[in-house]
Amino acid sequence: MSELSKLTIAEARDLLRKGDVTATDLTEACLTEIADAGALNAFVHDTEDQARTQAAQADARIKNGDAPSMCGIPLGIKDLFCTKGTPSQAASNILGGFRPEYESTVTGKLWDAGAVMLGKLNMDEFAMGSSNETSAYGDVVNPWRRKGSDAALTPGGSSGGSAAAVAADLCLAATGTDTGGSIRQPAAFTGITGLKPTYGRCSRWGIIAFASSLDQAGPMTKTVRDSAIMLQAMAGHDAKDSTSADIPVPDFEAALTGDIRGKKIGLPREYRMEGMPAEIEKLWSDGADMLRDAGAELVDITLPHTKYALPAYYVIAPAEASSNLARYDGVRFGHRAKLGQGDGITEMYEKTRAEGFGHEVQRRVMVGTYVLSAGFYDAYYNRARKVRTLIKRDFDQVFADGIDAILTPATPSAAFGLGEMASADPVQMYLNDVFTVTVNLAGLPGISVPTGADSQGLPLGLQLIGRPWEEGDLLNHALVLEQAAGFTAKPGKWW
Amino acid sequence: MSIDIETAAKVAKLARIRVEPDALPALADEFNTILGFIEQLGEVDVDGIEPMTGVTPMRLKRREDVVTDGDQQEAILSNAPDSREGFFAVPKVVE
Repeated sequence: MSELSKLTIAEARDLLRKGDVTATDLTEACLTEIADAGALNAFVHDTEDQARTQAAQADARIKNGDAPSMCGIPLGIKDLFCTKGTPSQAASNILGGFRPEYESTVTGKLWDAGAVMLGKLNMDEFAMGSSNETSAYGDVVNPWRRKGSDAALTPGGSSGGSAAAVAADLCLAATGTDTGGSIRQPAAFTGITGLKPTYGRCSRWGIIAFASSLDQAGPMTKTVRDSAIMLQAMAGHDAKDSTSADIPVPDFEAALTGDIRGKKIGLPREYRMEGMPAEIEKLWSDGADMLRDAGAELVDITLPHTKYALPAYYVIAPAEASSNLARYDGVRFGHRAKLGQGDGITEMYEKTRAEGFGHEVQRRVMVGTYVLSAGFYDAYYNRARKVRTLIKRDFDQVFADGIDAILTPATPSAAFGLGEMASADPVQMYLNDVFTVTVNLAGLPGISVPTGADSQGLPLGLQLIGRPWEEGDLLNHALVLEQAAGFTAKPGKWW
Repeated sequence: MSIDIETAAKVAKLARIRVEPDALPALADEFNTILGFIEQLGEVDVDGIEPMTGVTPMRLKRREDVVTDGDQQEAILSNAPDSREGFFAVPKVVE
């Protein structure tokens, strides 16, 4: 039975349609794996009853010949998505006990397509983190270990639970969200595929907001094809999100031809960071060779404002977070601090937020408050938004020059040890997102594909960046990379 | 620009987050590290550049100015830490 949880979405779909396996079989196999994987701390709220009900419904649909691609596919859902009646607390104590009365648009679409929810997945608190160490549920442990070591490694963040669950075959795929790299960095750290779609491709409605101009949901899967299938079900216009794009959703799987002859791939020179590990440099040049061998043309390009992406991000994202997180005041939902004699409403706000928010979230809310405060708004916030315009312009220029996709490393290193960054200053942790954050600032689609391993046997990923709304073309490039790299290694089961 | 303890306390107050006085020096240090990182933005020539408001050039949609939702008092109050007689309940606001 347990082999069933190892299936890809595409394999499971074909077996389901042939009647060789049922959604109930798949779901039970995953539930068994989840029950056995407590040591990973990936699933934090199990929804077994709902899973079994949805699986039975999916089996009935399949029997009736009414089976979209995601029908009967068991998924894990990041805790950032509001799911009706199920705890949804963004891994924060401030949302302790919160059970939404509504369903996020993206998860609603997945259930309409027949997918099955296995449970909610751990993450960094409010998606603020790159190592899943800021979670109120505790750290997620990466299923991968260094050769000959049992040291616990980070799965990356913020979608660390999603990445660990997919890599450990606890589910067939998972939802993630990506504000500065939160899908692509954990995907790279765990040897899976993670896609951040174009800003506006998936509705943000019902996804707990971090930085609204950057947040975007996407699939985290075992293969590129699975990302195409799952994105299809997640994407589409939603009147409830005014920034969701009212444009047709193409058939992403149909774009997977494996033919990229004549395509132009850009290699941005600014991504060749000083002190880049030789292993990452080799991974990158190997990836370029794979695309060249497939008939693409490699072109050196320049994205001159790359260096300023992280500092701009660490103004814009905290500013938006400080505004979005103002709603957690202890009045309408979640935690309220116990009040002392004579405490008024201000004390209620201040105590509630001090108790409910973890350290990193508090820090970012306060940095955001500062950069938006009178006297600093122009110097910090407006300047950062101008720099963001320039960063997007860099990409616009490159695409106008005929580049079809951009190849970069996904992360500056392989997964690091849990606790290893504890003594580093916050900026050191932020550097994890150096290759991914530009994509959010420019609103572009980006995908992380596992293409190799480091000398300690840990997976490494490359990132491809595409033109806006061209996820199909981007996925096709990613498919070529996936096939050429042939990365099929799985973590040995120790949990 | 360097943040002192007084500024850190003011920011915490604006953010409505209680920070104990003995935690303020460390907080000010962290702010200074992050702001030091952000200072790099000062090197960029942004003359004549519009600050970005939305990453996709689009006009925000408008809808009919009509009631589309409502009558969900129970659902809205279901997650409230304290509610009474169909209202959210909070400590006394006005003396």
